[in-house]
Amino acid sequence: MSATPTTATMRSSASATRRAPLLAAYAWLVFAFIYLPIIVLIVYSFNRDGVGGFPPHHLTLDWYRQLFGDGAIWTSVLNSLIVAACSVALSLTLGLPAALALDRANFPGKSLFRRLVLLPLILPGIITGLSLLMFAVCAGAHLSLLTVFLGHGTALISVATTELFAGLQKMDRAQEEASLDLGATPLQTFWRVTLPNLKLSLIAAGLLIFTLSMDEIAVTFFLIGRDNTLPLEIWGRLRRGITPEINAISTLIFAASVILIVIWFQLRTRAQRKAL
Amino acid sequence: MSLGSAIPQPLEEERAARPLLEVRVVVKRFGNHEVLKGISLTIAAGEFITLLGESGSGKTTMLRLIAGFEQPSSGEIWMNGSRLDTLPPYKRRVNTVFQQYALFPHLNVRDNVAYGLRVTNTPSIEIDTRVIDALRMVKMDSFASARPATLSGGQQQRVALARALVNRPLLLLLDEPLSALDANLRKEMQSELKSLQREVGITFLFVTHDQDEAMALSDRIALLRNGALEQIGSPREIYSHPATAYTARFIGQTNLLRAEIRGGVATCGALRWPTSAPDGPAVFSLRPEAIRLADTVADSAAANPSAPEARFAAIVKQQLYGGASELLEVECGGQTLRVKISARGPLSGKQDFIFSAKDAVRVTE
Amino acid sequence: MYSRAYKSFVSLPPLVWVGLFLLLPYTLMLAHSFWVVRDGFIVHEWNLQNYRTLATNPVYVQVLLRSMRIAASVTLCSLLLGYPLAYYLSFYAGARKEILYQLVIVPLWISYLVRGYAWKTILGSDGVLNGFLQYLHLTNAPVGFLLYSPFAVILMLTHIYTPFVFLPIYAALEHIPRPLVEASQDLGASPFKTFLRVILPLSLPGLLAGATFAFVLSLGDFLAPLLVGGASGTMIANIVQSLFGAAYDWPLGAAISVCILLITVTLLFFTERLAKRWAFR
Repeated sequence: MSATPTTATMRSSASATRRAPLLAAYAWLVFAFIYLPIIVLIVYSFNRDGVGGFPPHHLTLDWYRQLFGDGAIWTSVLNSLIVAACSVALSLTLGLPAALALDRANFPGKSLFRRLVLLPLILPGIITGLSLLMFAVCAGAHLSLLTVFLGHGTALISVATTELFAGLQKMDRAQEEASLDLGATPLQTFWRVTLPNLKLSLIAAGLLIFTLSMDEIAVTFFLIGRDNTLPLEIWGRLRRGITPEINAISTLIFAASVILIVIWFQLRTRAQRKAL
Repeated sequence: MSLGSAIPQPLEEERAARPLLEVRVVVKRFGNHEVLKGISLTIAAGEFITLLGESGSGKTTMLRLIAGFEQPSSGEIWMNGSRLDTLPPYKRRVNTVFQQYALFPHLNVRDNVAYGLRVTNTPSIEIDTRVIDALRMVKMDSFASARPATLSGGQQQRVALARALVNRPLLLLLDEPLSALDANLRKEMQSELKSLQREVGITFLFVTHDQDEAMALSDRIALLRNGALEQIGSPREIYSHPATAYTARFIGQTNLLRAEIRGGVATCGALRWPTSAPDGPAVFSLRPEAIRLADTVADSAAANPSAPEARFAAIVKQQLYGGASELLEVECGGQTLRVKISARGPLSGKQDFIFSAKDAVRVTE
Repeated sequence: MYSRAYKSFVSLPPLVWVGLFLLLPYTLMLAHSFWVVRDGFIVHEWNLQNYRTLATNPVYVQVLLRSMRIAASVTLCSLLLGYPLAYYLSFYAGARKEILYQLVIVPLWISYLVRGYAWKTILGSDGVLNGFLQYLHLTNAPVGFLLYSPFAVILMLTHIYTPFVFLPIYAALEHIPRPLVEASQDLGASPFKTFLRVILPLSLPGLLAGATFAFVLSLGDFLAPLLVGGASGTMIANIVQSLFGAAYDWPLGAAISVCILLITVTLLFFTERLAKRWAFR
């Protein structure tokens, strides 16, 4: 069969013969469960009378004004940005060779290596955080943004490796063979063929790592020194009580995340389309 | 020759009286695209009928309508005197052999075949014997515990057949079941399929785009073109009396002659032959094997008025050797004709050809 | 096609780094669990004291069991929410499938803390939910049991892990060839039987992956209990955290961490084997 009637057939069977009103209602309830808390959070960031009470009234931007005048928050935002940017650089620098090694090299302990790299992804953050804390103390390192960065960068190699490995698997190996066949050295081949092919995977992985590092709290919790990252600054304030200022910063974080997701998703669909 | 020549005469009458499946003016639209344009079709019990057509002709859609995976946009389908198209697929006594077999990867061969019996709560003792019988029938009983993934394409094909037949459907639908097999295995399976159908006596509705397969297997062929029924009949009938130019071209090779008829004589370039058709333009189909080299024929036959013949001279342009036969491309008055003769060494230059006027079959465009 | 130099060049740096910054720290944790604290100092004296304490002091076992109960509840709830959602999207959503899929994964990117905080503002005694209930005159006084309870922890973690559970299940459902579903119906199975006998078994590896993820990550969570759990919602990771903080007994904390790690690795080992057995292609 040619492609057209087959796809037409599938589309129609999905819409015409399949209806499940109960299941659909349930699915929408789950969506409501996922999104309601976030919506409530955003709405109350504009509520003059603070968090709680119903219905919200007297909409105001006061909390945002207060937030923009809050020096400590913005210092922590800057700290987080620095840590996240450095973590992206570190985890990509190590994740790329790790993905290449998993894809093309065989060495003793390869499967152990793969599991070890991926462990921070599946282990509760507290385990990785505490291990790194003990390591830092034994090494005589002062806890600071540097230790946080090393922790994030190391833990997120797992993300870099999985994303880039997937990109390598999709790549057509014949391209590299062609490059070598045409007289390019392995290094030239890497720069001119492998890396351009991985460009979208690299950007997508970088964005994901950036977001995860910006949000990270479980590992950071144990590695932080005097300077706070944004999540830890918020955490500290939560211990003192809740104010709509936190709603306001959360709303901004939410907005930033959504922008990053949209970019990430565009890149990903472009990469998939290219792969087809 | 009558329709469905392979079926004995009494059955023929019974079919007219009580058909197994009746498709009544079925239309199927996907959005604005009309895939089936009012198909009517009657299938008799015990028949091996083939839906033949190119990609996009609507044959697979027709099959899916009968299986119940799609609903007709209008029209009805009846089976054994009751409405079929309103039933969900799982309540129809119709089973399908899918194109890629669709064997359940998580079940072994035995459980795949037993599936239909289990879900309809058949007693387990009965399941065991029926499953073994079905597997024996397709010679797969020694693979009962194997997983589908470990089987070859031909073996998967057999399991799919057993899985569909074990439910004793009134009608078995086969959706290009041989298309995934390589050429040799395909021929083998064709012959097995044919004898299997005789053995079980179940009505087979076979879908294919391969005209040779359709000719070899079917009691009747229904040729579909762009969602409409082009012609239906036995393979011999369709081959020797194609109703349309499309049929003539699709089933076998042919020469289409655009002729002008005047006073009982058709003229097409240098070719002239007697015909009973009325005056005016007409299209004729002349099979390549209907044309012979004149020197091989006893020339006295030409004088026989009951079987008038036409003679013409043509230049041999190309000769393709095909073992027992060879295919010639000849040119005669600016017109290229294909001629199929039994193998007889190289030919060249101008040759005399002959064909019997009754072999030039009038078709509609 | 790749030279030995190329292979060592790409293998060595990550190997060395991961060895130094992951393997060594994890090993250090294991080592700590066999040491003890004496007079406020960690003494490098190899013994099983910490493990003996864990086995004999019922508090640890109780909290561990509670944590496992909470983690199991979170897993179950996430499955109950995530599976039908994935099933609906994969089989019934039609043309809206892509956009709905994106809607599910958006929350994955949204800060854990932000989502936890949202629940705190909703469930609190002067929170949104209580305000709503009083607005409807369903209650006169605020309902206090919502926040600072195991219930709140389960709710918050379910909210966080439902999209995580959804993802692998959805991927597994999308990989089921649709002709298998048609074949099942063709052979006489109703939609429900088709689900039980074909769709569910073929999606088990995805279900297992999602469930493992939700269970392991909830088991080791210490932030949700701090945020919304209160005293009754304390989990095993909170004990670890306090042992590394005010209580200053790193070796005991390390021993508990090793237990969590062992539970995790064992679980991963078994689910990986099961998933392999259930993956039929």
